[in-house]
Amino acid sequence: MTTSPLLEFLLSRSRGELLAWQDQLSAARRFNRSVREVELIALQHGLLPARYIRNRKTITTEGQLRLCSASVVVVGCGGLGGYVLELLARLGVGRLRAVDPDCFEEHNLNRQLLSTVENLGQAKVDAARLRIGAVNPAVELEPHQCAFSAANGAELLQGAEVAVDALDNLATRRELAKQCLQLRLPLVQGAIAGWYGQLGIQLPDRAGSGLHWIPAEGEQGGLEKELGNPSFTPAAIASLQAAEVCKLLLGAGGVPGERTLWVDLQAMEFLIPE
Amino acid sequence: MQVTVRLVGVFRIDRFREERRCYPETATVRDIVCELGIPLSLLGIVLINGSHAAIDDQFRDGDTITLLPFIDGG
Repeated sequence: MTTSPLLEFLLSRSRGELLAWQDQLSAARRFNRSVREVELIALQHGLLPARYIRNRKTITTEGQLRLCSASVVVVGCGGLGGYVLELLARLGVGRLRAVDPDCFEEHNLNRQLLSTVENLGQAKVDAARLRIGAVNPAVELEPHQCAFSAANGAELLQGAEVAVDALDNLATRRELAKQCLQLRLPLVQGAIAGWYGQLGIQLPDRAGSGLHWIPAEGEQGGLEKELGNPSFTPAAIASLQAAEVCKLLLGAGGVPGERTLWVDLQAMEFLIPE
Repeated sequence: MQVTVRLVGVFRIDRFREERRCYPETATVRDIVCELGIPLSLLGIVLINGSHAAIDDQFRDGDTITLLPFIDGG
């Protein structure tokens, strides 16, 4: 099947440059293509799926094509990772790889977007696949129910353009940061505890690591075990992470280079070290 | 010498937000952290005059030392 009859179909159904969801879905079924393939072809020819119309003043149709072609790996699908996946899917990032070994438990319900009373006991990455499939079928989510490690890291990062650190322990964060440097992969890190959050950017062309966490003596867990996390802290930090991923993929805006942002939501303070 | 010590997040509880304090010329950040009773395992980031620094770094008269908690939840 060439793209021509498909493209003709899309052009005949579009209104101006907008392509309605039902027509995108019809094209996928009629021409036996995935929704994402139809979206790529539409965007390549200047047609914008109507779901992105409110993106348009922020992200051009060319930018939307770039996002649809992109691949991002999200390591950790709990508080931060659930929001990051949702935000990137709604943004239109075409390929997401979700990595997490855990299943949902009741204590996740206060903050983890992908958890519901219905899916307690379900693997987080499977819940992510279902949720993203319902939110944006043009996004292909690849679930990996495993813990990121030195042994499987290269395989999990393979083909990604940006990695997101949504992990919950320093040892695995360090391993992820190390492998991202080796693979020259930009890394967007987030960490949370109670009212507090932290964002870090590690770029591959920089000598040092964006991880500016002091090696805590003994490397016990940070404050999260003591403070837990309310609903809004992961949402806030994940939103900042998604914005940085978007800028890295589009090469747009002020990608700040290596930088750390420390957020105190209780005092409403944002601290950016040099 | 006199420096400004600035604490962030939970480090402020039962301590202070910002204070001018005196230390000997040879003092390091570690001395401040120990003096304030902050467990080293909870220390995340050290800044001297807004730039990342290490716990055994020395500082100068008039500097501002900022201590941020270690957080790693996700």
